[in-house]
Order: sequence, then C-alpha cells, then structure tokens
Amino acid sequence: MILAIHLSLAQVAATLALVAIAAAVSGWQRADLERDIAVATFRSFLQLTAIGYVIKLIFDQNKLIFVLALIAAMVIFGAFTARRRARRVPGAFWPLLIALALAGTATLALVVALGVFQARARYLVPVGGMVIGNAMTAAAVALNRLGDDIADAAPQIEATLALGATAGQAMRPILQRSLRSGMIPLIDSTKTTGLIFFPGTMVGMLLAGAAPIDAVRLQLTLLYVLLGSVALAALTAVLLAYRNFFTSAHQLREPC
Amino acid sequence: MLFSLEQISYRRAGRAVLSDLTADLAEGTTALVGPSGAGKSTLLRLLNRLADPHAGTVHYRGRDVRDYDVLALRREVALVPQLPALLAGTVANNVSYGPRLRGEECDIDCALALAGLDASFAGRTAYQLSVGEQQRVMLARALALEPRVLLLDEPTAALDERARDAIERTLLEVSARMSAGLIFVTHDRAQARRLADRLVHIDNGRIATGLGPRP
Repeated sequence: MILAIHLSLAQVAATLALVAIAAAVSGWQRADLERDIAVATFRSFLQLTAIGYVIKLIFDQNKLIFVLALIAAMVIFGAFTARRRARRVPGAFWPLLIALALAGTATLALVVALGVFQARARYLVPVGGMVIGNAMTAAAVALNRLGDDIADAAPQIEATLALGATAGQAMRPILQRSLRSGMIPLIDSTKTTGLIFFPGTMVGMLLAGAAPIDAVRLQLTLLYVLLGSVALAALTAVLLAYRNFFTSAHQLREPC
Repeated sequence: MLFSLEQISYRRAGRAVLSDLTADLAEGTTALVGPSGAGKSTLLRLLNRLADPHAGTVHYRGRDVRDYDVLALRREVALVPQLPALLAGTVANNVSYGPRLRGEECDIDCALALAGLDASFAGRTAYQLSVGEQQRVMLARALALEPRVLLLDEPTAALDERARDAIERTLLEVSARMSAGLIFVTHDRAQARRLADRLVHIDNGRIATGLGPRP
C-alpha cells in the first residue's frame, strides 16, 4: 500500500539549515557561491511550487492536450537552457529544440505503445519531465564537446576536407566523441545505480511507502527509458548542429 | 592558365587578409613568397575552395572554381597544410584515406616512395613519427589522390636544415611528376628560388612584385 507523505511548509523550511551549511562552506572557503546558492534555493522553491500547482491542475483535468502543452513548454525552455551551455555552437537552439522534442515524443509514444505506462497525465507528465530533463543535459554536454572539439581540431578537419572528404566524413571522429560525451554520464550512473547511489524515483517511492521491489521495477523501467531518450537526443542534436559549422561547399566556417 | 585570380578580397575577423588581388598562376612550379601574415596561406586555401573570397573570382583552367564539384576539385587540386594533421591509426590508413572515400584502392607503397618514405612505414602508427616523417606522410596522402595540382603550405617550416634539404629534393622529384603544377607557400626566398620556376611575392594582402621567372 502506498501512503502519501504530507510535509508542512515548516518542515520544508527546516531543511534550509542544510542550505545554510552550503552557504557557510562557500563563505568560509571563499568559493564565492553564496549568491548562486541563494538564487538556486529561491528559484527551486518558486519553480517547483509553481509547477506543482500546474501539475495538480493537469492531473485534475486529465486531458492529453494539457499534457502536450506542458511537455512543449518543457522542450522549449530546455532548448533555451541547453543553448547557454553550447555557446561555441552557432545556431544551437533549433538542433536542441528538435532533439528534445524528438526524444520526448518518441520515448513517451514508445512506452505507451509497449503498454509500460498508460496514456494518462499522472504517468506522462512525470516521465516526460524526466526524459526531457535528462535529454537536455545529454544534448547540452554533447554540443559543448562538439564546439570545443571543432575549435581544437580545426586544422585536422580542414586537412581532411582538403582530401575530398565531405563535412560529415571529416567530422566522423568528432561526432563519435561528442555522442559519447553526452551519453556516458547516464550510462555510468546506470552502471552504479543501487551500489553507489539510489536514484530519485526509487527513493521517492520508498519514502512514500511503496514495496521495495515495486520501487526497483519502476526505477529500472525509467532508467532504460532514459538511456534510449538520451541517446536519441544527443545523436539528433549533434547531427543537426555540426552542419552549422560548415558551408554548403564543405568549408569550415570561420569562428564568429 | 592554371589559375586566374581576379580582384580577390578576403577578410578574417573584420581584417583584410587579401585586398583586390589579381594574378595569373601558370603551369609549372610557383612559389608564393612573403612575410608571415601576408595572406599566402589564405590564397592557397582559395585555390581548392577550402574557403571562398568575399569578393572577386578564382578561375581554374578557365572556369570559375565554384562551377566545379567541390569534392572533385579538392582531389584534383590537393593541398598539404603547414602543420601535420594526421588521422589516428597507421600510416597506411592515412595514405589510403582519400582514395577510400571514393571506394577506390591505392598503391600505398608507391605513394610513400614518391614522398621519400620506404614501405616499412606503412604499418607504423602515424602519431609516433617525427615531424619530418609526418610531413612526408601528409605529402604521400595527397599524392595518393593522384592530383593534377599540388598545393603545399610551408612544407619545410617545422624542419631542421637536413630534413629541409631532403624534403626539397623530394619536392623537385614530385614537381617533375605533376601533370599540371605545384604551388607552394614559403617565407624563405632562397628556397623559392631553389625550387620554383617563378615567384609571386605577396605582401599585406597584395601582389608586391608581380610574376617573374626564376632569376
């Protein structure tokens, strides 16, 4: 039986003691992160509270159109956020937007088609949020690596183009490395899950009183879903974004 | 005429690298000489369309280079960059790379021999070679394409005197084999005179002294 946990605002506020420790450590060691910690704390409170009410509304309505609207908003905001981490990639927004949209919709459609989750707001909203969040991180890491590698390897890329290679052929080793960079963090955390850390969904279910085996099965399902979506997002972002570094005549553009 | 450049201008980061440059480059061996930053390497990159000028046109054998299939042009007008930029893997993997892109095989030993390397180099790891040896692998890699024109950017800049002399001997042999021409960039006028039929002196993005036969 699952028992819902109800926390009062006072209980939430009590955990600010741990935030105070983080700020104290930063101040003591002059890491200059106090302001960032304050902003992160305030934003997380505001954003999660707001999204809590939005999700409550969507759950109450239980209409697919609201679910799609929320996922679309997450995809757009995710693409904007990831773009900031891929500064060296020209025109990174559209590749990221397409990558997140594809990863989100394809993954959700597949899990519904396979009968893993029902097409109801209660399942699609949290799973969609996890998928897009992880896809965003993977795509941002992959594009960050792509931008750095192209800047570092410009002479090698041009030397390969000079032999009659297309941009895609000249970029193959770099695309492989970028894809690996995007996917490796999740693969590594999937490898160590249960040994070094308990993932969030499982922790949440255990805290809510679920049977451990149920918690494990749901967690496994989500981990495998995330592996697929992260691969899809990183691949799409990298394959679309690298083209922005080249002209149609397979010339490496000058850095802006 | 092998290449005709008409009123070429090229800018990088807002700075003019080539300004209203007009020149004809005939068949044979041509040296582009001038001080560092004069625009020599940029000019070389325009010849096989690794870059396009912001103004003006480049003609190859009477046709605008933009009218050629760009990949076919780069195989016909092969460029060897200044710094070694080899692929991971063996020397053979590097030398055969260009032909393999077209699904063709090549005579690796022959390309190595033309570049002054013996067949034992084929199985060696490219990154473990000396700079001079890597430079020769770059040359072999370009020659494996069987180009009509070879473009070389400072082919001996990173080498000591002995290695430079050896590469120069190789280049004289290679230039005799090229069906159309060899164009190389150097800041060393003496080297230009040793190797080239004619010199084109570039300074500050312009032709400084025009074309002339080897003195």
